[in-house]
Amino acid sequence: MPLPLLLPAVLGLVFLILPVIGLLARVPWATLPHRLTSPEVLDALRLSVLTATAATVCCLVLGVPLAWLLARVTFPGRRIVRALITVPLVLPPVVGGIALLLALGRRGLVGQWLDETFGIALPFTTAGVVVAESFVALPFLVIAVEGALRGADVRYEEAAATLGAGRWTTFTHVTLPLVGPGIAAGAVLCWARALGEFGATITFAGNFPGVTQTMPLAVYQTMESGDLDGAVVLSLILLAVSVTVLAALRDRWLTAP
Amino acid sequence: MRTLRAGLALLIAFGAAGCGDDDTSAAVTGQVSVFAAASLTESFTTIGKQFEAAHPGTTVTFNFAGSSALATQINEGAPADVFASAAPKNMATVTDAGNASGAPVTFARNQLVIATGKGDPKTIAGLADLTKPGLKVALCAEAVPCGAAAKTALDAAGVKLTPVTLEQDVKAALSKVKLGEVDAALVYRTDAKAAAADVDAVEFPESAQAVNDYPIVVLKEAKNPAGAQAFVDYVGSADGEKVLTEAGFQAP
Repeated sequence: MPLPLLLPAVLGLVFLILPVIGLLARVPWATLPHRLTSPEVLDALRLSVLTATAATVCCLVLGVPLAWLLARVTFPGRRIVRALITVPLVLPPVVGGIALLLALGRRGLVGQWLDETFGIALPFTTAGVVVAESFVALPFLVIAVEGALRGADVRYEEAAATLGAGRWTTFTHVTLPLVGPGIAAGAVLCWARALGEFGATITFAGNFPGVTQTMPLAVYQTMESGDLDGAVVLSLILLAVSVTVLAALRDRWLTAP
Repeated sequence: MRTLRAGLALLIAFGAAGCGDDDTSAAVTGQVSVFAAASLTESFTTIGKQFEAAHPGTTVTFNFAGSSALATQINEGAPADVFASAAPKNMATVTDAGNASGAPVTFARNQLVIATGKGDPKTIAGLADLTKPGLKVALCAEAVPCGAAAKTALDAAGVKLTPVTLEQDVKAALSKVKLGEVDAALVYRTDAKAAAADVDAVEFPESAQAVNDYPIVVLKEAKNPAGAQAFVDYVGSADGEKVLTEAGFQAP
């Protein structure tokens, strides 16, 4: 084993694991059960799971067709479209939040019209949280699914077409089952990203317990108010949820071809 | 350590000898890191520039945020020389943890107003109007001084209010009004004044019962204690008071 490879590899591993150990070392085990069942914590957890799941559904509905378009249809400007999709991926989420406010806020480009015509104002609502999370998580799903589609053998689809299946039938009966594991992997990634979303959410949707205060916002606010133990407990929950989801789905999906 | 202390004493002695008339400003040089409440953003930035001009060779760097966040950061070991809080409670977080050097001094007082959109489009005249149906109000989180003051004022007025958001510092609450995302926010008079181009300030009588004292202190772990003390002295000087008064603060 060459040392120039082994040493940085081990350092990298330690670097990734050490902060988690630091977190676990500060967990106030004695007061843990009491804190875990406090209504504020349960509220934030419920809201987080709900919004992350809703955001994942939104991303699936919009993202799978978008990925299909990018992977299967040749059209002018496809490269530009793909580049545009990756913008939210590299954009700092807080910038995304400001952008969302200026587009969908009460005085925003489209938001003003939404407010005047339908009386819909997204900021400070749970729907606003879902919008913010979807904005940040959608590129993850699109890229994962597009990758799966490109890796799938198009000959199955061609065979279906020669047998008389239309494009829609081919998509639902051949393509979807073929890239199912890829979609599921993308959805897990998307859900985890939505669950951890902070910057866009606090900027666009604000911070109010039970309505827009998701777990990451609760962690931040608890830490800011000087309650380190409380922040550690909330972080521990997020850590446990993320690890559980990844562990539960890894064998089934992430290692699938 | 002993040599360091001796060196420092020598340095101070030299400086004092060099300048004569003013002991505290004499040895002042280098960087002074000031952690200050968000509501001090404008006034302390001005005071910092004046301080640098009065003490050539110094640079003042600021970290403006909610006082509760700053107190947490200081107690967790953030490198700061001076802490200026918007309320004694958050100062106590730092002094109780033994992280202050000496006792804090109150240097200013501030009270709340209702910040509304320009021209007060929703005709808000007092706290009771904030409960009008459909009206969106931003408050500071209760851990932050502006949030604690808002709670005191609302309780005093007997007004039960459900805000749409609890912001982490007063500037964040104010920006939601500026953006037009909320119709009103409870902010300090000084913040509304600094944003007078974008917001109107509505005074209300109950704010007199929620006046915040602003304490300032040199921190125990200060890397530049001489500079820190000089900055604290400058804030309390006639020049400092002038800037604060012009910003809308009351003298302590």
